[in-house]
Amino acid sequence: MALQLVDKKILLNVDHLKQYFPIKGGLLGRTVNHVKAVDDISFQIYEGETLSIVGESGCGKSTTGRAILRLDEPTSGNIHFGEKDLLSLGKKEMRKIRKDLQVIFQDPFASLNPRQTIGQILNEALAIQNVVPKEERKARIEELLGHVGLRPEAMDRYPHEFSGGQRQRVGIARALAVDPKLIICDEAVSALDVSIQAQVLNLLKSLQKKFSLTFLFISHDLGVVRHISDRVMVMYLGKIVEIADKKSIFDNPQHPYTRALLSAIPVPNPVHKRERIILTGDVPSPIDPPSGCRFHTRCPFAIDICKSRVPELKLSEQNHQVACHIID
Amino acid sequence: MKKQFDETILEVKNLQTYFYTDEGISKAVNGISFKLKKGETLGIVGESGSGKSITSLSLLGLIPSPPGKITGGSILFKGEDLLAKTEKQMRSIRGNEISMIFQEPMTSLNPVYSAGEQIAEAIRLHQKLGKKEAWEKAVEMLRLVGIPSPEKRAKQEPHELSGGMRQRVMIAMALACHPEVLIADEPTTALDVTIQAQILELIKSLQKDLGTAVILITHDLGVVYETCDRVAVMYAGRIVEYTSAKELYNNPKHPYTIGLLNSLPRLDMDQDELTTIPGTVPSPFNMPKGCSFAPRCAHAKPMCHESVPDLLTLDKNTEVSCWMYTSQWETDHTIIEKVGIE
Repeated sequence: MALQLVDKKILLNVDHLKQYFPIKGGLLGRTVNHVKAVDDISFQIYEGETLSIVGESGCGKSTTGRAILRLDEPTSGNIHFGEKDLLSLGKKEMRKIRKDLQVIFQDPFASLNPRQTIGQILNEALAIQNVVPKEERKARIEELLGHVGLRPEAMDRYPHEFSGGQRQRVGIARALAVDPKLIICDEAVSALDVSIQAQVLNLLKSLQKKFSLTFLFISHDLGVVRHISDRVMVMYLGKIVEIADKKSIFDNPQHPYTRALLSAIPVPNPVHKRERIILTGDVPSPIDPPSGCRFHTRCPFAIDICKSRVPELKLSEQNHQVACHIID
Repeated sequence: MKKQFDETILEVKNLQTYFYTDEGISKAVNGISFKLKKGETLGIVGESGSGKSITSLSLLGLIPSPPGKITGGSILFKGEDLLAKTEKQMRSIRGNEISMIFQEPMTSLNPVYSAGEQIAEAIRLHQKLGKKEAWEKAVEMLRLVGIPSPEKRAKQEPHELSGGMRQRVMIAMALACHPEVLIADEPTTALDVTIQAQILELIKSLQKDLGTAVILITHDLGVVYETCDRVAVMYAGRIVEYTSAKELYNNPKHPYTIGLLNSLPRLDMDQDELTTIPGTVPSPFNMPKGCSFAPRCAHAKPMCHESVPDLLTLDKNTEVSCWMYTSQWETDHTIIEKVGIE
């Protein structure tokens, strides 16, 4: 599995992406500082795989997703989707390409228009991209609802008539409507109860197989990530600290932050005893991140060089990249 | 590891909390009973709408009324029924002998008072202390919950503190009067995992030092396993299984508990496909006549749809509410088979 990935086609290539948000202040409302939400990250997504981004609040995982979709305009860097340079596209061309790039958000209630029926919501998605002729749209909507396990009657009902899990299914149907290549799932199952979450995760997995989709899965829940991913990328304060195959990252995490993160999760299994690394303090502010390695202020293994030099993301073993001075 | 808890401090008997709304009566808590022993941690787990939070609000007499009302049962705290107390008496118990931590520390802290003032207020409400002494105690509490430079932090307002820090302030406030019972309603749900680990560790160590009994309400089965002694699993307003935390994972009894554990994406094992529980939680206004889990249960028989099983004591430690574990189960089985043959 790990070896095959090398030959796989790169679907999305993110190169030195930076996303800074200005902070206005002072009397004249000048930019006084920046929130460095994503600070110079590079990674690839291969066709047909699920790459997950994990990390805690403020690490930049959602910002990365939004930057790829150009929902926020990135500060600098390059994003290539197939052959196309996404950041150089005009508004019209970008809209066209959004057919291939879809997104599922966390809160299925906030992302569905409460005044539209499910049929109208799905119809709108089809109409904007004009993928299906008008007269065939109804049949297509029925088919879509079938794919996500909803009855055709759902078409005439409003979002509030559905439970959270069902609403998320509608969100998935809307993303699927335009036959996308890449779906960005931003905390797509985080708001759901476990029994419903499991249903939606199984659905996503089966749809991926059926339509050979590629997922960028953004989540803070490592159990979910382990279940759905092929590869995992761990972020901390706007930087990638580790990217590896799922197996490699869960069985052999290398970065001290990844290790702490994994060890912090309570696991209901007495056999699965891991030495817990309790990190002290909070995540520092992304406005004024620590110098050198951003994790050095909380890292139990930090040495002098960590304070002054930013560690580069380096290959530590097959398909496993880590950014840490100690591992070099 | 084995701990012995003898003295019962809180006993809930057949508690019923109903909500009377235009849509009908919602039986949010429908006859639950449990005991909390001194120094013990009891977990109450369940999904949205299972009634776990309403249970905790009922214990403190915080049910919004109308539409809510405690219609039956009793809550015995050190032998006295809390439901018979006046509002004034309850006020002296709340925050003093029984206190609570909520999920969202930002909404439960007053944004215009400093952290220290809010803790000091709670202290002065229940103890005869001067302003200065109360402030000093507040600072000391902040130190106890592991806030660095507490003198400085006490003067800061909630928005100047991080999420984890705010939750520590909440804990400091809740523990300021050395309560005998601490109710923590999803105390770590809004926090990141590394901060969650810090907070759970803190609750555990404070509990050990102060001997407080804790009721931990959560949807996270991993948290329950690592922090609780006993667990009550709630589904649609009822307790379906009541057992020790170990037993719950090693040997779950109720089909709902089993389903819940199976649908959890695990960090410790590979799963190709998650086993799911089909369907969704029934609407509170339209509860099934029999066992409320029966419509989603793979084992359900006609009897399950007919009447609600009692909480059955299986052994000293485990109680379960399921017809499968009763003597009638086998007889009902034969009925189905006969029907099948015909």
